[in-house]
Amino acid sequence: MGYTLNFSAVWRNFDDLLAGLLLSLELAFVALLIGCVLGLVTAFGLISRNGWARRPAALYVTVIRNLPILVLILFAYFALPQMGIRLGKIESFVATLAIYSGAYLAEVFRAGLISIPPGLSEAGLAIGLKPRQIRTSIIIPLMIRNVLPSLSSTLISLFKDTSLAAAIAVPELTFEARKINVETFRVVETWIVASGLYVATCSVLAASMRVIERRLTLAR
Amino acid sequence: MSDCLLEISGLRKFFGPVEVLKGVDFSMREGEVVSIIGSSGSGKTTMLRCINMLEEFQGGTIRLDGETIGYEETASGRKRKSETEIARQRALTGMAFQQFNLFPHMSAVENVMLGLVKVKKMGREEAREIALKWLERVGLAERAGHYPGQLSGGQQQRVAIARAIAMNPKLMLFDEVTSALDPELVGEVLQVIKDLAADGMSMLLVTHEMRFAYEVSSRVIFMNQGVIGEQGDPKVMFNAPQSERLAEFLKTSSFV
Amino acid sequence: MSDLLHFLDQIWLARYVILKGLGLTVSISALAIAAGSVLGILVGLSLTYGNILLRSVVRIYTDFVRGTPVLVLVLASFYILSAVGIDLNAFQAGVLALAVFCSSHVGEIVRGALQAIPKGQTEAAKAIGLTFRQTFVSVLWPQALRQMLPTWVNTAAEMVKASTLLSVIGVAELLLRTQEIISRNFMSLQFYFLAGLLYFVINYGIERFGKYVERKTAVPS
Repeated sequence: MGYTLNFSAVWRNFDDLLAGLLLSLELAFVALLIGCVLGLVTAFGLISRNGWARRPAALYVTVIRNLPILVLILFAYFALPQMGIRLGKIESFVATLAIYSGAYLAEVFRAGLISIPPGLSEAGLAIGLKPRQIRTSIIIPLMIRNVLPSLSSTLISLFKDTSLAAAIAVPELTFEARKINVETFRVVETWIVASGLYVATCSVLAASMRVIERRLTLAR
Repeated sequence: MSDCLLEISGLRKFFGPVEVLKGVDFSMREGEVVSIIGSSGSGKTTMLRCINMLEEFQGGTIRLDGETIGYEETASGRKRKSETEIARQRALTGMAFQQFNLFPHMSAVENVMLGLVKVKKMGREEAREIALKWLERVGLAERAGHYPGQLSGGQQQRVAIARAIAMNPKLMLFDEVTSALDPELVGEVLQVIKDLAADGMSMLLVTHEMRFAYEVSSRVIFMNQGVIGEQGDPKVMFNAPQSERLAEFLKTSSFV
Repeated sequence: MSDLLHFLDQIWLARYVILKGLGLTVSISALAIAAGSVLGILVGLSLTYGNILLRSVVRIYTDFVRGTPVLVLVLASFYILSAVGIDLNAFQAGVLALAVFCSSHVGEIVRGALQAIPKGQTEAAKAIGLTFRQTFVSVLWPQALRQMLPTWVNTAAEMVKASTLLSVIGVAELLLRTQEIISRNFMSLQFYFLAGLLYFVINYGIERFGKYVERKTAVPS
């Protein structure tokens, strides 16, 4: 063994790790925001009785959920230019993560949507609301409350997927950690600190989701 | 003393700081059918569960057919018996629960067979034979292959009773076995219990069915705030309650 | 049309490389699932029935693993083990990382499934005189197994997907083989598509198999 821990090299480069973490968070925020919109639209497609809405939604979800995200990332960055679609590293990654997360979030939202009693939409219709108003003022708010616990774990696991941006040299946290690892050879320290940052961030995300959950919980 | 099947003395039970049984003394002979009545929170279900060691208790003793249940006195004080010993003692009593608690992944006959095979170490064929006999006794021979999810509540409860009784217990404990049933299914379960009583089975029942307690029991116990408030022949007790508490309780219970 | 023929020609040329990669992907996934499940069952049992000390230790383990991206686990396992003198090759270090990742998931699944069983089940088993071991074997585990089977199969598909991360540490599984092929023929669009298709087929197959097993083991109601 004979390995003695010495964190000083890691602390010297700690700013790089923090900058990487910040980029990870930015990537996640933008991608997951788009992913949520995509997921919501897809979820309505999934529960639609209209086959023209349902089938493409189901196809999208099935295809994406059965593909490794790394294949999608590499495909988007290296293969799409062959079709004339040229994006920067960050744009390409954000687009991929957004599309990828949309499929997972669609499943989460779908589960929430089908748990809403149909009587509520009917009650909305009865007081003269339009279908779009029913969706925005009755169904979506209730659905969000229903799905918060699973939404939280899905968002956290999607946040962790930002680490894969390292595969196309986006300088986020994992990329920075690997760089420090290679430059300083303080292997153990580097990875302990890097995963510690991820664990801490995930805990903070989970805790804030729980706060939101508590705020939104309706008395029963 | 020797003709006592069950003898409880000074039974005390705490849930955290709350004392739910405050020294219960009770005994019953073989072949007796005793109903325990009382408002919720009076400790009647807890007492029943202590007899089967589903609840730990902190004071007093329970003796069943001469055996001390659950704990033994040692030089260093009161000690819980080993898990194996407690498991063996639990099999001396049979228990039917309010929520049936059938094993959903086993058919009716497999539910009844489980204890025979695992605890009584019977061969599967012999166990099946006994299980089928008991399912027939509760009127469910033709449902033997059905799973709990395919049976009505009343049928499930009858299977649960067969499962307990097939172990040939010295004493049957019934914990509000009709409370979770739709009204129209209560009768079939009570009929099964009545038949068992007629066969001379020793039974201790916690029940809300006053009419049933009146008809089937040789003795009724009224539990009140963790102790036995009053006990005696149901005909005497229900018609002329001694205490105000019991009179009050009987007034508010539906006697249909 | 000639593009397609050219593509097919290139696939034919690379057929052994692709098959080797596919074989390694399947081995990685299978090993990770097997080891991860065994470890995960122990984790789940500790979380459910362990004493407070064991529970806390295992809880810290699962929280840490679940809070760390799989890629970080893979890289950390690869770099750290050799740095502290544990001599594992990239394949072994990668499988270890995936197994650890798998164990924390399976552990949560096992815990969830066991805790979802109503208390009355244990009480009824106790009441007919079953010991805890007998109760666990005959009553609790069969029910937990049914409940967690779909999620478990899902985890298997997750492992196949996660196996791609081993390409980063140089394990020549399907994705790295694909990258090798592309570096020779520059047909990135076609060959990433092919890789995606192969992963899709495997995972879709696992998903269908899961649904089938779920139907087969469902309790009639």
